[in-house]
Amino acid sequence: MRRILKYVILDIIKNKTIIAYTIMLALFSWGTFALEDNVSKSLLSLLNIILLIVPLMSVLFATIYVYNSSEFIELLVSQPVKRSKIWNALFTGLSISLIIAYLVGAGIPLLLFSDTGTALIMIAAGSLLSAIFVAVAFLSSIITRDKAKGIGISIMLWLYFSLLFDGLVLFLFFQFSDYPIEKIVVLLSALSPVDLFRILVLLQLDISDMMGYAGAVFEKFFGNQWGLLISFTLLALWIIIPFYLSLKKFKKKNL
Amino acid sequence: MRININLARKLVFIYCLVCFVHQHSLSTILYVGEKEQFSGIKKALAASNNGDTIIITKGIYKEGNIVIDKSVCLLGRDMPVLDGELKYEILSIKKDSVTIKGLRLQNSGRSAMNDPGAIKIYNASYILIENNYLHNNFFGIFLQYATHCIIKNNTLKASQKEEYQSGNGIHCWKSDSLQVIGNRIYGHRDGIYFEFVTHSVIWRNIAHFNLRYGLHFMFSHQNAYITNYFKSNGAGVAVMFTKKVIMINNTFEENWGDAAYGVLFKELSDCYLSGNRFYRNTTGIFFDGSNRITAERNLFKSNGWGMRIQANCMDNKISRNNFMGNIFDVTTNGTLTLNEFSENYWDKYEGYDLDKDKIGDVPFHPLSLFSVIVERNPPAMLLFRSFMVSLMDKSEKIVPSLTPETFVDNKPCMVPHDI
Amino acid sequence: MITIKNISKQFGRLPALNNLNLELRQGECIALIGPNGCGKTTLIKSILGMVLPNEGTILFNEKDIRNDNEYRRSIGYMPQIGRYPENMTVGQVIDMIKGIRNSDEQTDEELYDQFEIGNMLHKKMRTLSGGTTQKVSAVLAFLFSPKVLILDEPTAGLDPIASEILKNKIIKAKSKGCLILITSHLLSELEGVASQVIYMQDGKLIFHQDVKALKTATGQDTIAKSIVQLLKRDRA
Repeated sequence: MRRILKYVILDIIKNKTIIAYTIMLALFSWGTFALEDNVSKSLLSLLNIILLIVPLMSVLFATIYVYNSSEFIELLVSQPVKRSKIWNALFTGLSISLIIAYLVGAGIPLLLFSDTGTALIMIAAGSLLSAIFVAVAFLSSIITRDKAKGIGISIMLWLYFSLLFDGLVLFLFFQFSDYPIEKIVVLLSALSPVDLFRILVLLQLDISDMMGYAGAVFEKFFGNQWGLLISFTLLALWIIIPFYLSLKKFKKKNL
Repeated sequence: MRININLARKLVFIYCLVCFVHQHSLSTILYVGEKEQFSGIKKALAASNNGDTIIITKGIYKEGNIVIDKSVCLLGRDMPVLDGELKYEILSIKKDSVTIKGLRLQNSGRSAMNDPGAIKIYNASYILIENNYLHNNFFGIFLQYATHCIIKNNTLKASQKEEYQSGNGIHCWKSDSLQVIGNRIYGHRDGIYFEFVTHSVIWRNIAHFNLRYGLHFMFSHQNAYITNYFKSNGAGVAVMFTKKVIMINNTFEENWGDAAYGVLFKELSDCYLSGNRFYRNTTGIFFDGSNRITAERNLFKSNGWGMRIQANCMDNKISRNNFMGNIFDVTTNGTLTLNEFSENYWDKYEGYDLDKDKIGDVPFHPLSLFSVIVERNPPAMLLFRSFMVSLMDKSEKIVPSLTPETFVDNKPCMVPHDI
Repeated sequence: MITIKNISKQFGRLPALNNLNLELRQGECIALIGPNGCGKTTLIKSILGMVLPNEGTILFNEKDIRNDNEYRRSIGYMPQIGRYPENMTVGQVIDMIKGIRNSDEQTDEELYDQFEIGNMLHKKMRTLSGGTTQKVSAVLAFLFSPKVLILDEPTAGLDPIASEILKNKIIKAKSKGCLILITSHLLSELEGVASQVIYMQDGKLIFHQDVKALKTATGQDTIAKSIVQLLKRDRA
């Protein structure tokens, strides 16, 4: 597995799309930090960009990469290696490469310009987000053999997590505004890795005081070390579950 | 004739001078201290007459409750310490024209029954309390039925952790014509507390890190608050049920918390605010049931909400202020808007100025859709900075549908006002 | 060496293999032929474990290949179209496969030398022509001196010289006692190489015969002609 992993990473980090992605992230981050004198404001702008671009890039790139590697995967399967090792190596390789791109592009300016705590949370969560959407991509690319369909599914999932899910939450807020639904919403937010990430960063920026009671519930839940641990566990689950499902399917797949 | 008048004037002047000196020569100076004439303050007080000066030399005095019932001047030399041993009210002033200067007053009694303070004024006028250092007291300086008093350049520090264990720094009740100037208040319950206090000036005070409010007043009409500094108080500043207040050039900073406000205006009317600065508060100003308030040339910067105006507010004029870097500049919970915005600078304004008169050519709607949603449904703040909310706000900017059309600044400024 | 027992495979409703039985012995060079979509590739992929049959078993040296991957150590596979990660260099691909095999045996670098792969180790896979990519695939298939060689359209896209080199290599391997399975559309390519012919249609086995026996039975002198003859007779 390590052999395959090494060459997969070597292949991906030389990929032009990944290089462009890294440069774009770097431009955005340096740009927002340089143009805005208020660090927390630039963190918020950066957060917006990261929340949109990191998932989209990760899911699209990984989906296309998996489809383009189908013949390569066949070649690997004809070798004396377990299928799970191949799938693992591809997943790890893609995740690591995208995380490297994120770290180089956004991580360095974050560490330089913002306070260490917030920077570390954003780096950790952004890296997890990259891996999560690679896992999502693996799932959608194993569901169908058709590349166009697979990319479509990936984009739909991205759209769901970035946009539709929030719409749903807002709808719930209004529908049940007469009931104490704050705690339920806390649970609900765990159902979208993008939201979980956003809320983690917002809590770092003291926004919770503006959410009234819900903010207090959130602060209580996510503000302490246990909450942080739980949220990162949840984010990790978002990697493990889709990937495990895809792996199960890949083991039985006809190539 | 002319010479005579001049001469008469001179004579009158000399007579007055003689009278003045004569009167002074009648008053005596009493010294208190270990090696002095009087070993205790109480003994000196007993021996004194109206108009005498008592000079307290360096030392620690634990004399329980000292009642000042003569018009004397109490001067500390080298900051003598008057200790209340956590049992007594230290100084009780019950006579007009008393001066307290240069003392260190510490460890007053603690009781919610009779609210002991380090210095308490009962029913007296023309009191001057200046340059004292008050440490670890329940109430600091407590005035009731006091008029024409000056509280100046005192430092008050307390270190209680809980509100109920703590009294207010400068607490005034049913008083008139006070001057509270240049005091520093730290760690009390409320920094400055006024109830039924009128015609007073509050100038150049600093109230920071108090447990509840930096400044808290109610039913206190026609006072002026000038160049005070309120920072990081538990709940900021709250003022209620009052008319005709003037607030100029004050700073309200870092009052961050669920129920903390730069200033909370509850049932205030006919007030004038100018040149005040609001930095990094959860809410800069919260207007609740407040009418006919003019707010001009104030700065709202980096707050959660610059201003929150409840629907029960009318005829307020918000003009020529700067709104910069706030998460929400203005919100309201109503649909009808009876307040007027004009010529403010909004950093979120994206309009243009073709005729170069520094006034934007398109009106600005300071109310964002998301702020309206959050006002109705605070937990929705959870969606802050999500892609969907950005999209919603953008589309609302282009085609306003849910935010009130009348909530508008028709003359938004292109450049910030010089404040 | 490889025994195929009653295997069937459907893709959705489409049957690709229909109750197929085959016995492939060591030292044979078997030409796998048939019209497009007859199930040749599915058969190959089943043997390689890429396609999992719905029914039946495949035995490799009397061992079921299901849930096993070690048997593939003895197989060299050359795919019909080789596509490799774009930014990998030729050298990296070869290194990686060597790494996966992780064998201590001396590698067979005859094709490597003959195709002059050494001169292009630093080239990225995406810059290679189809023929060159095929050369890399061929090198990889023969590199570990496998007991079984599965070659899917091996000469497609190769220039005549390379094609000849590969053919010689196949014959050499056969003489060493390897089992070789070749699919090709060009029956003439198989002349002089193949010792047996398997003809498939619609996922079914039509016949599996020795080349010599086939030629004698039909009275023809080439594989191509004899098969045409045979099919005509069947239809008549």
